[in-house]
Parts: sequence; C-alpha cells; structure tokens
Amino acid sequence: MIIRKPTRKWEKLPGKNTFCCDGRVMMARQKGVFYLTLFLIVGTCSLFFAFECPYLAVHLSPAIPVFAVLLFIFVMAMLLRTSFSDPGVLPRALPEEANFIEMEIEAANGNVLAGQRPPPRIKNVQINNQIVKLKYCYTCKIFRPPRASHCSICDNCVDRFDHHCPWVGNCVGKRNYRYFYLFTLSLSLLTIYIFAFNIVHVVLREYRSKKMFHVDSLTPHCTVLEVLVCFFTIWSVVGLTGFHTYLISLNQTTNEDIKGSWSGKNRVQNPYSHKNIIKNCCEVLCSPTFPSVLDRRGVMLEDSSSPTHSDASAASTHKSSNPVSQTTKSSAPLIPNEHTPDEAKPGIGAGTQKSTSSPKGEKPPSPTSPNAVAPAVIKESTH
Amino acid sequence: MAETHSLQDLRQAAVASKVFVQRDYTSGTICKFQTKFPAELESRIDKQQFEETIQTLNNLYAEAEKLGGRSYLEGCLACLTAYTIFLCMETHYEKVLKKIAKYIQEQNEKIYAPLGLLLTDPIERGLRVVEITIFEDRSIGSR
Repeated sequence: MIIRKPTRKWEKLPGKNTFCCDGRVMMARQKGVFYLTLFLIVGTCSLFFAFECPYLAVHLSPAIPVFAVLLFIFVMAMLLRTSFSDPGVLPRALPEEANFIEMEIEAANGNVLAGQRPPPRIKNVQINNQIVKLKYCYTCKIFRPPRASHCSICDNCVDRFDHHCPWVGNCVGKRNYRYFYLFTLSLSLLTIYIFAFNIVHVVLREYRSKKMFHVDSLTPHCTVLEVLVCFFTIWSVVGLTGFHTYLISLNQTTNEDIKGSWSGKNRVQNPYSHKNIIKNCCEVLCSPTFPSVLDRRGVMLEDSSSPTHSDASAASTHKSSNPVSQTTKSSAPLIPNEHTPDEAKPGIGAGTQKSTSSPKGEKPPSPTSPNAVAPAVIKESTH
Repeated sequence: MAETHSLQDLRQAAVASKVFVQRDYTSGTICKFQTKFPAELESRIDKQQFEETIQTLNNLYAEAEKLGGRSYLEGCLACLTAYTIFLCMETHYEKVLKKIAKYIQEQNEKIYAPLGLLLTDPIERGLRVVEITIFEDRSIGSR
C-alpha cells in the first residue's frame, strides 16, 4: 500500500508566493533583499558581540551585552514574524461567487449599448459619513474590502494593505503590520545602542591606553565597519519608524498616504480614524490578532477539482488545519518548495518599479546578529 | 413545503443554486454581514429566522474583534513575550471562530438542512461572504 502525502491547500493557492515548511511559512518570491537584511543584522551584531562586548562587559558592565542580546532576539523574532506570516491575503473568489457578483454587476449596469465601454466596476459604501469607493479586482474577482489593495508583486489582494517591503520579503498588511512596526522600532533601538557603544568603546580605549588599539589589530576595523553600517541605518530606519508612528497615530496606511486618499482635499477625511491618537494606536497595535483566512495547511480532497465544498469536508479541513498549526514548532531550515529559483535581486529598484506602493516603505539594511531564534519564530501558520 | 432532509442526505442532493450574502461595510472594516433577506430564499425559509442567524453571526464576530481591556492585555502580554505566547495559547479571535463554527453547524443541523439549505462558514470564503447552498427540492431516499 502506497501512503501518499496529502496535498495541502497551499500547493494549489494562486498568487506568486513561496511557501516553506509545508505551508507554515509564506513569503514573496523575491527573497534576495531579505537575505541581505538578515546578513547585515546578523553580521553587524556578531561583530559587536565578538569584539566590543568582551571589553565593555569587563570595563563597564556585563548588563550591556545582555541587553544587546535581548534586543537582538526581539528584532529577529519580529523580522521573521513579519516575513513569514500571511499579511492578510484575501482568497480569490470561487467560480460560483465570481458569477454571482458578475450577475449583480450586470444587473446594476443595466443595458450597455454595443460598442460602448461598460462603466467601471465600483461600489459606493458610506462609512462614518464618508463615501468610500470599493473597486473590483479583475484578478481575484471580488470587490475589494475597504483598505484592501492588490499587490502586483505577490499577485494577491491584501487586507489593510500597507506596502510591499522587499527588505522583509513580504507584503505588510493587516496581520503583520504590528510586527513590522515593532521590528523597525526595535531595530532603531538596536542600531542606536550598537552605535553608541561603539563610540563609547573607542573613547574608552583611547583614554585607557595611550597607544591606540595596540592590543588587537582587528578590532578597530570592525568598529569602523559597525559604525558605518549603523550610521547609515540609523538615518533610514529611525526615519521609517517615525513615519509609521505618524501613520499609526492617524490610523492610515502607507498606501493611503501615498495616494492622498485622506489628505483633506474636498473635505475628505479618514473615516477609520477614531480622532484620538491613543485610540488609534491601540487599535493598530493592540487589537485582537486576526487569523489567517487562507487555510494553507488544510488537506485538499483528491476529487476537489469541483469547486463545491460540502459542509462536512470544509469542517474537517478546517479542523485539521487548526490543531496542526498549534503544535507546530519546527526548526527546520527553509526548504523552498516553489519551482521558481531565488533570483537574488538586491536593491530598492526592483521592488519599487513593480510595487503598487511607494518607496517610503523601503528600509535600508540594519545591523543584525546571528543565530538561532528558530523555535520562537518559525511557527507561522494561522498566526 | 420542502421535504425534510438531514445533513447526510444533503450530500447526495443536487445543488440548485447558491446565494452569497455580502459584507456590510457601513460600520467600517469590522466583520459584519448584510441582514437583507435574499429573494432566492423567499420560498424556503422564514425571513425572521434568517435575519436572526445573520445577526447572531454579526454579534459573534463583533465579540471577536472587540477592542477592550482583554484584547489590550492579550496584545501587551504577547508583545512582551515576542509573540511566543501564541505557541501555547489560542488567540481570542480563534476561540470565537470555534464558537462560530459550532453555531453554524448547529444551525445547519436544526434549521437549514431540514429545509434543503446549507450555510457555509464564512471563514472558508475568506470572511467575504456567507454562502448559502440551495439544494433541489425533492424527496431524498438514503439508498
């Protein structure tokens, strides 16, 4: 008897995502820049731990490296969480739903004369005394919910779409926006921390020994390297954190900010804002964690070529995906299952040209540290 | 009057059509479905009953997404543990989703299946629609 590995739903999902660890990890196809981010963070932090920390621990306080380690672990956890989780992808409409919507649209449009273009597919909804236009997505065959947008790089509609970030190798949307924000925030702190203690280290060494750096010839080179990386990182990452803090306080997304959706022209105001900074921050950062609606790890039925799912099968696949996701804690290395090889396309250019979002979402490299954050991080399935 | 069916029988019945109850965005981006009674169901089910089902679903989703002391506490605790706490603990939303799944199953067994209808859990459709499958109205033999 041949036991076949069950086909999981992620293998048949449309869109240009890469899945790893049997559907637990979900990323965009181009991961080159993500690896660069990892390398910079891990590399700079490992240099810091190897060369500066021993000196600082002895001459200043052992709390310095300890705090740096904690901060590093937090940064890595947030980065991996942002990169590996489902940003809030909306599944495409099944054929019956698509047909139903088409019929509704045709009924609404009435008779279109031959040769005339049909009117654009837009639904108007009033939210909080503001008319919001819901656009129809021709790829996903749905009317996009408010604040959702279609990412052309991942070829998915994402709920509360912020931007596609090549540095984390994933879209930033409803489900992972808080992790992204915490990542930039903690990274700013880590960068400033390393930068500051590098300076302190240099100053201390000069003070204590009249001959500069005679003890170890490698240290000054590492210090200079770290200072350089941190210097350039601070400008960009801290700026980005500030920008996102501003967006959060107004309950706006990067996408809306770029398009000027709520810029105030024609008395248009953001209908989602609570008009209170604390409330907006609480909603964006502390609202209940939204589950993934993609069901990547559900088992596909062998004869599921027909689009109708009976309630029983739906219930069983839903049940099968839930317990599995909870017990997950694989520290398996990334095993890309997609046939497309990784094209390492570093640089902001690649991301910006195709992305529907703005370059403000870009984030330059930041110092990182090495190592195993594995269990804490690779557990992405419904989260 | 429709024949009485059970959930088991429905699996062998032929699908006549499907109705999709769309989301209601007038209160913002929270998960809420329109309570407008679809015309296709007029001959099958009581309007009151249908609206009650949808309203209960809306209330359950509102409970899941409620911003309050509990969700803030959960958020802060999770953040402090770098979100590793969700390895051992279910999020509040997931707990309510289980409640919803149970409610829908119960409604299907008690009310909708006997009328030849089937509700699909919205989570199966990305929380976009409530799909109601209308089965052909004929006597079902279990053979």
